[in-house]
Amino acid sequence: MYNGLKIIIGLLIFVAFVTFPFYSKMGKATTKPDPKIDTPVIQELAEKKCVEPKDFMKTEHMKMLNDWRDLVVREGNLIYVASDGGKYIMSLQNTCMNCHSNKKKFCDECHNYSAVVPYCWDCHIQPKENKT
Amino acid sequence: MSINRRQFIKIAGISTIMGLGGTSAVDLLQRNWLEAAQYSPDPKALTAKRWAMVVDVSKLKTEDDYKNIMDACHRVHNVPELGNPKDEIKWIWKETYEHAFPGQEHEYLTEGIKHKPFLMLCNHCDNPPCVRVCPTKATFKRKDGIVMMDMHRCIGCRFCMAGCPFGARSFNWKDPRPFIKEENKEFPTRMKGVVEKCTFCYERLAKGLIPACVEASQEAAKKAGTKPGLVFGDLSDPNSEVRRILSSHFSIRRKSELGTQPSVYYIIGGNDHA
Repeated sequence: MYNGLKIIIGLLIFVAFVTFPFYSKMGKATTKPDPKIDTPVIQELAEKKCVEPKDFMKTEHMKMLNDWRDLVVREGNLIYVASDGGKYIMSLQNTCMNCHSNKKKFCDECHNYSAVVPYCWDCHIQPKENKT
Repeated sequence: MSINRRQFIKIAGISTIMGLGGTSAVDLLQRNWLEAAQYSPDPKALTAKRWAMVVDVSKLKTEDDYKNIMDACHRVHNVPELGNPKDEIKWIWKETYEHAFPGQEHEYLTEGIKHKPFLMLCNHCDNPPCVRVCPTKATFKRKDGIVMMDMHRCIGCRFCMAGCPFGARSFNWKDPRPFIKEENKEFPTRMKGVVEKCTFCYERLAKGLIPACVEASQEAAKKAGTKPGLVFGDLSDPNSEVRRILSSHFSIRRKSELGTQPSVYYIIGGNDHA
């Protein structure tokens, strides 16, 4: 093999470079996302529940928001009747964020962890967060 | 144990069905709670077969009358004020007679009409060209006649702006956020690269409120003890206020020769409507 030494050294450097992200984090646990729901509005609720059960919201909230926006904007509905019979106005900005006014700790916590960038906030006004 | 051909085909067939249908069957059983969910319009919502507006220009006299109405709309809908006429975003605006009704003007028009500003807004046409040209159905006609914008779908191609013969649509060349004086926290803003226009306050109608411009005009009229310059109602209802006014007054529409059937009517001069 011509220039064998150079090629092998080059390959070693390449492999070291490519695998850097893996061995640099090896053995260290990444911090798990820890969304918080301790906003003033939620604290005051007698029964702390969302429009649907927590597990459902966790896995399906994106579909639900997608459905809501079509139901409101395209079909002219406003009221959502939840599975337990409660009625809610379908609005991200006015209903969801009214309780979950801590966007940074509630939305961004998991979205950043899983590297999803929803474009809700390009238009919808996010709540002003007090830094406490 | 050996199996014959018949048994083998049976087992293979059943396994295939389980494999293909199995996961989707489980999905169907588990996932579809949302399908069962219910939704409805607000019972207080105002409804109509075809919403329409009458602009009685004789009732709008001072500069403040116009400003009051335009500000009410632009404040509620987070319409930015960019300062540069090239970037202007407008939902409701003023125009001269010759620009509003081209072909109708002549040099001997009364001074009152020649220099009078006319209030313009989206005409919510019955046959809207903007809807025909929109490639993503971001703009569409609702059952009640409102030509709506779904900002989630707008890709900013501006076909609708080319299609609209009334100049009722504005394009966001910049991020509008920094140019909004006072944000209305209950209504979204827009982003760079979408087209926007008047939506006849669909979000207020859904809650049982009349459009912001009409409300502002009514409030001003109440204070001054006159009749409002803007009237809103159902064109398909013969007893509605708009129909009453239209049946007793001469009215014109913008560029009706184009066949788009605008829903905004103008009354020029004339008596008080009953």
